[in-house]
Amino acid sequence: MSKRMTAAKALVKCLELEKITAVFGYPGAAICPFYDELELSDCGIEHILVRHEANAGHAASGMARITGRAAVCVATSGPGATNLITAIATAYMDSIPVVAITGQVCSDQIGKDVFQEADTTGAAEPFVKHSYLIKDANTLPETVKKAFYIASTGRPGPVLLDIPMDVLLSEIDFDEDEYAKPPEIRSYKPSFSGNKLQIKRVVDTISESEKPLICVGGGIFHKDSFILARKMAERADIPVVNTMMGISAFPNEHPLCHGMIGMFGKPVANLAINECDLLILLGARINDRAVLAMQERNLKVIHIDIDPAEIGKNLPASVPVVGDIHAVLEQILEQLPGKRHPDWNGFLSKCESEQNSLKPDVSQTSSVNPKAFIQVLNRLIPGDTVIVADVGQNQIWTANNISLGEGGRFLTSGGMGTMGYSVPAAIGAKKASPEREVIAICGDGSFQMQMMELATAVQHGINVKIIVMANRRLGMVRELQQNRYRGNLTAVFLDGSPDFVKIADAYGINGGYLNDIKNTNQALITLLASKKPYVLQVNVSENEGSVL
Amino acid sequence: MKHHTISILVENHAGVLSRISGLFARRGFNIHSLAVGVTENQSTSRITIVAEGDDRTLEQIEKQLNKLIDVIKVRSVKGVELLSRELMLVKVNCSPARRSELIAIAEINDAKISDVSESTMTLELSANEMRLSAFEELLKPYGIKEIARTGVIALQKGTGSL
Repeated sequence: MSKRMTAAKALVKCLELEKITAVFGYPGAAICPFYDELELSDCGIEHILVRHEANAGHAASGMARITGRAAVCVATSGPGATNLITAIATAYMDSIPVVAITGQVCSDQIGKDVFQEADTTGAAEPFVKHSYLIKDANTLPETVKKAFYIASTGRPGPVLLDIPMDVLLSEIDFDEDEYAKPPEIRSYKPSFSGNKLQIKRVVDTISESEKPLICVGGGIFHKDSFILARKMAERADIPVVNTMMGISAFPNEHPLCHGMIGMFGKPVANLAINECDLLILLGARINDRAVLAMQERNLKVIHIDIDPAEIGKNLPASVPVVGDIHAVLEQILEQLPGKRHPDWNGFLSKCESEQNSLKPDVSQTSSVNPKAFIQVLNRLIPGDTVIVADVGQNQIWTANNISLGEGGRFLTSGGMGTMGYSVPAAIGAKKASPEREVIAICGDGSFQMQMMELATAVQHGINVKIIVMANRRLGMVRELQQNRYRGNLTAVFLDGSPDFVKIADAYGINGGYLNDIKNTNQALITLLASKKPYVLQVNVSENEGSVL
Repeated sequence: MKHHTISILVENHAGVLSRISGLFARRGFNIHSLAVGVTENQSTSRITIVAEGDDRTLEQIEKQLNKLIDVIKVRSVKGVELLSRELMLVKVNCSPARRSELIAIAEINDAKISDVSESTMTLELSANEMRLSAFEELLKPYGIKEIARTGVIALQKGTGSL
């Protein structure tokens, strides 16, 4: 039965029906009708006030990655919306289901350059899976329904809803039963299962291969498909590498798992890529930083992806399979026979243990070796910890050395490489899974792009832990300038940075310093025991390389 | 560079063309010509794009277009099945003394005389691109003042449809 209400109220109802429990946002004049209803309604939706709109998007991204369902961020028109765009682009590059709601100036004012007006749908267009400018209030419920459907099906991605203020204030008839019906979009029918003939070819190609290799990407987390990927790898005895987005799909201790490929990846993983005779890509789009010399070789490639456009885009595929990774892996497992590759796996394991035997240098007492630090962290954190790495050297140190157990999860801005992602994404992840330990690892450069979010964590009691790898440099650019620009270091010195423990103190939370690796145990025990957010400043040598 | 004629059925609402042209621009695909019009169904439009690129580029164009939610169908129309036309209006200098010459040229080329003034004549020709170019060459000696072309539109020959 339909009820008369404002479109703003209907929007809140829609979010409730989508089982949204928290939205991340920042108010403003144009979006106020929505906030009015959010406050008045007896809904179970908590609003988390971020301190910058981009962080609303990153927090929603962190939440969506943990729940596997679309999460919501909200901003007002004009600058609120344009601030949000970096986060939308970040979610787009990593295929994260986010529904972004922005206020817009009144419909009769659009195009007149009024106060806080921006062409949000136009500006965000390259970075969204789809967007709607809702001009007719009556279409709001079905449009919201479509937005959630599009964001979370097929290849997930951000969907933008731009809603003029007068539309939010209009009265419409809202029918909950109508809303529950599946949406009708004639031009959008995402594929599901893989083509049967192609599945057969996958199985045959794997059986013929002497040195097969699986590479998992971010898509493998869809419906926990990594469980099926593990079954596949174990049954056919296939070694596994991952892209940065695929970290934590396999527990590090898994004997078949050899870590991250690519420019900053593990030597053994890149060796595996160079030596294999068959590469099986599972939910990985293989970007320029991962692809390296693969194109040069006449390598057999099985590429399984939900998005046909990714297949053959950067790497020609001999066996392309379009479909939902979970469905396709189930189809493969129905047919895949067992097999052993003792020589191939023995070769890789030997290379890996040789590489692992290189112990980090821990002789320094005034700075901490990042690899040694993360090795200690690995021993202390629960297996199911969520680690959110930022962007820069901190990201590579973490990506290459973090070891998570069953249920552990590694998040980072893989495609876009957005600095300032880790703390807000950790806030979103913690909100999604409050019982798990959630730790953001960032650099002193990236922390200063997001430290305002300490207030968000404190205000809403979101207990995230933050590790700042401080080297008073923009380390990755410093390294690049060292290697490629004759050591001409420009604009990479972070002089004037604050004491991050004092910053934490200013927000009413605790923090600590770590200068000597010998004190790492105690420093991390204190961090993990804290019942409130905690900031650990780890002082790292300014000359440390990305690959240790 | 090879030319490909791509026929795209899209939802007929605001902003769709900008999504499509934006996609071409940001992915570095070159548009040679573009024509849009409503179809037999008021809710859909047909966009015909002639794009430049090798076969791999064409494959990416088609796949990326298919990802747009407002795109209903995409097909590149090739070879013998391609039925394509473009309309051109050409305004040329023409004194009254030379009118008969131009009328003859128009007749030979199946062009129409759309407008005549004291010193100009405007001719209209619907043909494929090659014939339009040849016609343009023919008119050059008279002094072309202006040309407007619609861009190529295309359908498949025979019973098949998009």
